Amino acid sequence: MNAPFDRPLGAAPHLEPGVHVGRPLPRPNAKRLVAGRGNYVTDMKRPRMLHAAFVRSPFAHARIVRIDVEAARAAPGVALVATGEDLAKLCTPWVGTLDHFKGMKSEPQLPLPLERVTWSGQAVVAVVAESRAAAEDACELVEIEYEDLPVLADLDTALAPDAPRLVEGFADNLCFRSALESGAVDDLFASAAHVVEADLAFGRHTGVTLEPRAIIADYDASEHALTVHHGTQTPFQFQDLYSRHYGIPEARVRVAAPDVGGSFGVKLHVYHEDMAVIGLSMLAGRPVKYVVDRLEAFVSDIHARDHRVKAKAAVGADGRILAMAVEDETAIGAFSTYPRTSAVEGNQVIRLIGAPYRLEAYRADLKVVFQNKTQTSQYRAVGHPIACAVTEHLMEKAAAATGLDPFEVRARNLISDDAYPCQSLTGFKFEQLSHEACLAKLKTLMDYDRLRAEQAELCARGIHRGIGIAAFVEITNPTPAFYGIGGARISAQDGAVIKITPSGEVRCLISVTEQGQGTEAIIGQIVADYLGVSRDIVRVITGDTEVTPHGGATWACRGAGIGGETALQAAKKLKANVLNVAAAILQAQPGDLDLVDAEVVDKAGGTVRLSLAEVARIAYFRSDTLPPGTDAQLTVAHHYAPSGYPFAFTNGIHGCHVEVDAEIGLVKILKHFVVEDCGRIINPLLVEEQVRGGVVQGLGAAFFEECRYDEAGQLVNGSLADYLVPMSCEMPDIVIAHMETPTRDTELGAKGCGEAGTAASSAAALNAVNDALAPLGAELTQIPMTPARILKALGAY
Amino acid sequence: MNMMAGTVPLSLTVNGEEVARMVAPRTTLADFLRTDLELTATHVGCEMGACGACLVLLDGVPVHSCLVFAVQAQGQSVETVEGLVASGALAPLQQAFHERNALQCGFCTPGMLVNAHALIARGSVPDREEIRDAISGNYCRCTGYEAIVDAIEAAARKANGEGAE
Repeated sequence: MNAPFDRPLGAAPHLEPGVHVGRPLPRPNAKRLVAGRGNYVTDMKRPRMLHAAFVRSPFAHARIVRIDVEAARAAPGVALVATGEDLAKLCTPWVGTLDHFKGMKSEPQLPLPLERVTWSGQAVVAVVAESRAAAEDACELVEIEYEDLPVLADLDTALAPDAPRLVEGFADNLCFRSALESGAVDDLFASAAHVVEADLAFGRHTGVTLEPRAIIADYDASEHALTVHHGTQTPFQFQDLYSRHYGIPEARVRVAAPDVGGSFGVKLHVYHEDMAVIGLSMLAGRPVKYVVDRLEAFVSDIHARDHRVKAKAAVGADGRILAMAVEDETAIGAFSTYPRTSAVEGNQVIRLIGAPYRLEAYRADLKVVFQNKTQTSQYRAVGHPIACAVTEHLMEKAAAATGLDPFEVRARNLISDDAYPCQSLTGFKFEQLSHEACLAKLKTLMDYDRLRAEQAELCARGIHRGIGIAAFVEITNPTPAFYGIGGARISAQDGAVIKITPSGEVRCLISVTEQGQGTEAIIGQIVADYLGVSRDIVRVITGDTEVTPHGGATWACRGAGIGGETALQAAKKLKANVLNVAAAILQAQPGDLDLVDAEVVDKAGGTVRLSLAEVARIAYFRSDTLPPGTDAQLTVAHHYAPSGYPFAFTNGIHGCHVEVDAEIGLVKILKHFVVEDCGRIINPLLVEEQVRGGVVQGLGAAFFEECRYDEAGQLVNGSLADYLVPMSCEMPDIVIAHMETPTRDTELGAKGCGEAGTAASSAAALNAVNDALAPLGAELTQIPMTPARILKALGAY
Repeated sequence: MNMMAGTVPLSLTVNGEEVARMVAPRTTLADFLRTDLELTATHVGCEMGACGACLVLLDGVPVHSCLVFAVQAQGQSVETVEGLVASGALAPLQQAFHERNALQCGFCTPGMLVNAHALIARGSVPDREEIRDAISGNYCRCTGYEAIVDAIEAAARKANGEGAE
């Protein structure tokens, strides 16, 4: 077990005093949260605020025959009841496709349906009342008559040639299909010393943000203006969507995200209820609040994963993986999520398989299949856990076929650290990764040889321990090649405004957002260093379209890489302005001055000449004393968009150590190890906590989390008692080590770290469990690895 | 069924102050604290006693305020995170959570603090397994728990005069 605080607060012996970037500093904004002063949308009130509740479909697929809302309208406290028709008059439909995904199709969506429901739990009628309780009471008075339609609740049913079409007029039940081929795949398989194969299944799971989704819309007809307080990662995206779909000028739409109680990708998609709440506020002429309850969250928050992959690899006698061929079938919802679609995960799966390794040929086929289930879309580490598990499971099979140790087979296949820049067979351009160094470091970190010796000794005594490793490549910092090129108005750039206050303090308003990762903390560290002040006088403000410049916000690990570079360049620009004003005051040359700890100093010698506070005082209150023509710009704006490599890539490797109880099928996770390379580390404390949190979400997928449906398309475990998320007693301590390979695309050099933990932890766990079960002749090819599945693999029933 | 009209009187002590209100019998203690008293540090994550975000002290014992009706607290004493922060009772835990970054989004944190406070109040320094067991009814989706265990351990050592290592 780790000792607490094995690293003193803020310690960074390799850094000069006064340097903030690289130092493990706590988050200034966390003090408010530990004092019970959080301000989440669920906590917020607006004057005359009403509350919405929704009547939801009990059927997975049905025609709406009749809706009777009269009794609900007459119920006490009810302000209005709205159906699909009422909101369709206000809100234009949306379609979740991207132009660069050729042939992609999806049915147009409205806030509430007009004719039919396509998943169980879909909101059908909205009731708005003086309290949530009154709204829910009135929901019970709404009568809806349905007529059953055929339900597509599994992949085989939906893919059958004679399957009923989920959408009338569609040729099939495929949202999207894609194929990749590179190199002489068939030849390599024909001539390979070994061909290893696997059919793998990945359960559907969901984000389970502890604060459920929440929104308060306040439409003001007098100004034709809309204010939305929204628990979201992406306020600018929603400003654009609410503006365009409801015809409200963009400049009059404000979206503010205060404290957000977890997101992980869940809170950046369009949800029907959220869109409805905008219209409900317009209809009511009052603020309307809606908070998803936990049961509603399970049937309406995006789900993710749900893949079935048939994979094989051609292996040389020396353990070299020569080629891979995969078929991925993934089950989404009844439509593609807007505006980021439900096809990105599958697309990333087939493009990331094999990514850490030197393949000579690769073939992939992807089918994205409609289901009468909750929509699926991007959730933390989109596609990575599947790609990683497929690759690393095949790697284990290659090791077994050739008699190599898992570390040795990887060492023979990883892209060499001196081979960069290079390109994957799927088209990804890698600037510089550090797989070999990470592999070596993990072996030491785990004390691998000792663990193997211990495993053999314990196995002889009937104790089954397993060791699994899994290397990963993670996609970060997307350019417009990700969404913009496909027509989505999702920004790849970010913007910052930094100002010196009249007292010589600093405010930074930036478009990247905070959901607890520490965005504001790292931006503050960067601004402090590149401006030349102490972190204590920098105030960072995020999450409100009314105050910060437009930007992509926080997703795909872009907060540090793109947001950080934006802040860095803005800070440098402001520093130059400060030194210009100071030079005018001091009758010096700006180039001879520097700003250090909020003091203007002589660059040579460091003599203090003037405080930043004095520069600000003069600029703001005594501009009459400045030399004529002095341009005192103590507020700067800067926008930055990545323009080098289409994506930054990070890399790393996980190790998982488990003990399997073969009698009852339970797995004890003894320890988890990660060596990661996120580029330049701005704050190691925060990087490590991102990795730990990500690992545990991946271990949840590996062992516990699954949205289970019956054949009628009903979610059967939609509560926090039935859907298992990892508890503290089930989770191990997680040992982390770093490599640091900065990207040369930016001055900052950071790449991102939010998804590294989730990308490979389930794959490492799968390999660890299979390693433990190998002496018993059992193997798992499905996650979550529940006790029942483990016992089944062991032939216990 | 409409139950808005029928309210009943409720008096109790919240964070040391006498409080008297009329409440609907179906109002949970969590909703009463959050809505009627605007004590929004107590969070509601599952409304079924699974996640622990709503833990408060009821006569000194941690309870799920989502599983208690407000009227069941008649005559009793409730302490929420707001009160425990104001009295300084949580100061060592607050400091340890902040320094160790034992929170990310912070939504689970109030419930976690209430539970950790009760654990430390037992007197001895719990080992890490005991801490992990004790907070297993508090779901945290962000941190992966290790930092929380570290912070509670450090605060417990401090409370028992050992000082943080």
